[in-house]
Amino acid sequence: MKNKMIYGVTGIFDTPDEIISAAKQVKAIGFERFDVHTPYPIHGMPKAMKLGASPLGYFALVFGLTGAFAAFALMTYLMGYNYPLIISGKPFIPIPAFIPVTFEVTVLLASVGTVLAMLFLLFKFPNNSHPLHDTEYIKRVSSDKFGICIEAKDEKFREDEVIEFLKSIGAKHVEVIYYDNETLNFKVNIFEWKFVTFLVVSALVVSGATYIVLNKLMFASPFNWMMEQNRIDAQVESKFFGKDNFSMRVAPVGTVSRNSNQFKFSGQPELADAKLVNPLIPTEENLRKGMKKYDIYCSPCHGYHGLGDARLNGQFPNPPSLHSEKVRNWGDGHIFYVITEGQNSMPSYSSQLTNEEKWAIVLYVRALQRAMNAKEEDLK
Amino acid sequence: MSIEAIKEPSVIEGRPTFVDIDEQISAPIDKSPNIKYFIALGITSTMLLIGIICIGATFFYGIGLWGNNNPVGWAFDIINFVFWVGIGHAGTLISAILFLFRQKWRTGIARFAEGMTIFAVMTAALFPLIHVGRPWLAGYLFPYPNQHHLWVNFTSPLLWDVFAVSTYFTVSFVFWYIGLIPDFATLRDRAKSRIKKIVYSILSLGWRFSNRHWHNYEMIYLILAGFATPLVLSVHTIVSFDFAVSIMPGWHTTIFPPYFVAGAVFSGFAMVQNVLIIIRKIFNFEHIITLNTLEKMNKIMLATGTMVGYAYGMEFFIAWYSGSQFESFVFVNRAFGPYAWAYWIMVSCNVVFPQLFWFKKIRRNIAIMFVIAVLVNVGMWFERFVIIVTSLAHDFMPSSWAYYKPTLVDFGILIGSFGLFFTLLLLFIKAMPVISIAEVKAVLDGAQPHHTHNGGHNEK
Repeated sequence: MKNKMIYGVTGIFDTPDEIISAAKQVKAIGFERFDVHTPYPIHGMPKAMKLGASPLGYFALVFGLTGAFAAFALMTYLMGYNYPLIISGKPFIPIPAFIPVTFEVTVLLASVGTVLAMLFLLFKFPNNSHPLHDTEYIKRVSSDKFGICIEAKDEKFREDEVIEFLKSIGAKHVEVIYYDNETLNFKVNIFEWKFVTFLVVSALVVSGATYIVLNKLMFASPFNWMMEQNRIDAQVESKFFGKDNFSMRVAPVGTVSRNSNQFKFSGQPELADAKLVNPLIPTEENLRKGMKKYDIYCSPCHGYHGLGDARLNGQFPNPPSLHSEKVRNWGDGHIFYVITEGQNSMPSYSSQLTNEEKWAIVLYVRALQRAMNAKEEDLK
Repeated sequence: MSIEAIKEPSVIEGRPTFVDIDEQISAPIDKSPNIKYFIALGITSTMLLIGIICIGATFFYGIGLWGNNNPVGWAFDIINFVFWVGIGHAGTLISAILFLFRQKWRTGIARFAEGMTIFAVMTAALFPLIHVGRPWLAGYLFPYPNQHHLWVNFTSPLLWDVFAVSTYFTVSFVFWYIGLIPDFATLRDRAKSRIKKIVYSILSLGWRFSNRHWHNYEMIYLILAGFATPLVLSVHTIVSFDFAVSIMPGWHTTIFPPYFVAGAVFSGFAMVQNVLIIIRKIFNFEHIITLNTLEKMNKIMLATGTMVGYAYGMEFFIAWYSGSQFESFVFVNRAFGPYAWAYWIMVSCNVVFPQLFWFKKIRRNIAIMFVIAVLVNVGMWFERFVIIVTSLAHDFMPSSWAYYKPTLVDFGILIGSFGLFFTLLLLFIKAMPVISIAEVKAVLDGAQPHHTHNGGHNEK
């Protein structure tokens, strides 16, 4: 061992009574940097060494309160504000139902936090390079002996005097502990290439594994069974029902939707044009309603302004403009008829729109037409 | 009368020295295992393999392989979950509650019981995962920020269960590990081979038996015991909420939390006692895990078994006293309906046989107490079967009533759970000290300084 430096002097005692009295005497002489090593905690030793009360109770209090408040605040925020849902008719913030989780998080944080604080803050563990490790002394006190160690850093430390003193108070075996200057000055270099490579490789492995599990494995057989079932999806070609290759079924002839009266003018657009009158007046509310429904149901083909500029990338033939002479000259009833019954490739919207909504759309289409072909007096 | 005459006898028999303790406790770790150990490991790992195959089949084909169906949607999976969580409770009771009550006899069995807690909770945690059918999506059980802005339902007992069981596992593990640190350090200093030395150095974190550390260590032990005590009561309380918060007749009762906790301690002690009887015999720990210790465990089993019996009676009384037609039907149906066989297995194993422990001769007879404890475990498994299956099979709607029949896969997974538990236990026995070396040393005769009253108190 090069560069030997003295760490301290140790003395070994045989019985718990001896070590208690030794600790008292060491303390009485005025040594501050000393420690007693015993294979198990000895009753009365903290008092003999005059150790203060352990601070761990305060750690536990702080961690526990943090856990309690964090859990309660999180649940209150999530259930009450972030995404309020009515569950079993209870209030959005049902305090009794929060008690179990609050309690569990309190215990979890208080226990784990206090233990980690003790090990890493108070004890400065892990520490396997302490000078006492691998000495004959620690091998004895970890088994059946009781030892006391006076450190060289103590102000009153004089090697010979301390050895004499320990012998005088009854130490059976006195040993001087040295440590190596190199181990003392050893600095951890986190930029060492081995360590950096280790970090990079572990980051790659973890992220790669996560990516593969979440994005590939989950979609591979057999984990995709809920997704890829033996069923016929809507909009998908299937021969299951026969030769028409549709997986969806057309309702039988004469089917009417619930709560709807039959359309009196079915197949008679001219009659509808003549007889039907829009019951809505063009208030802002009605126009807004019409605009909303138009944007949802009509605009994908007709475009937002009725110009026939479909957004469907040519999957369906583009419809003619709503601003043609023909449509402008139709009565409200005729437009209502087309929405209700469909025309050419346009299907009926009766199942999606109520009569009132249809009339609101008619109002909105009228407004669009007037805006596109504004007369001079409209500008005044 | 002299002080010695009224002093309690030592919990460790035969006055061993500290070195004896070191050697005896680390003997199973130091010696290479004998053929019996490998036979035992072979049996348990075969059981585990059966379980793995059955679980694998379940994942591949779906939980349709199980006997669960309408109306019995919860069956073996939840029965096993509750059973194994319950087994774990004895460990925390021994390590935390008996510690707070300063019961010195716990030192010989505490470490082992804590290990059993951890393995039992691990086994238990398996069941909710496989019960959901798609265990790889179990991450959804925890509240985490996601693109759906969806959160877990904090008012659901099933979510409380997630928090309770995961907290219980973490805290038990930390408690167990804290207890192991000084023992790892002792093993480190005894180690002859280099690999052992490195492994135990890492595990001991560099513990050096400093009394400045012991001082805080005793404090943390007290704090952890203080937290673990309400925690262990909360865990089975919350498990019982899974049932009690629902409106199912036979489940919707306020007696469930204390009844479940008593039952958990009851079955846990039976399991600890069973395994300890074998361990002390094989590894010659008879003077550390003494007959007195086993007798005290039997007394606790007698007490908790009687509580469970009281709960059975009280359930019947309340079913009648409440005047609820459905409640009283369910309870009469339990005792005399199609599941009467399960009910009477439960009552005889849990209430009748443990009453034999009133006799001191039986409490101190190893063969008889072993058999009774096995019966208690059988009975407690059937208790969960009776609670879960009979209520679900005959609920409010007679048109949906059915008789539940488990499948072979159900039994395979049950066998596998025992295989997992005992395999972990056997590995634990060979790898770590099953008895706390430091704690046992501390309760030996002459291990603590004599209290000289004129010395100690005048110092202040």
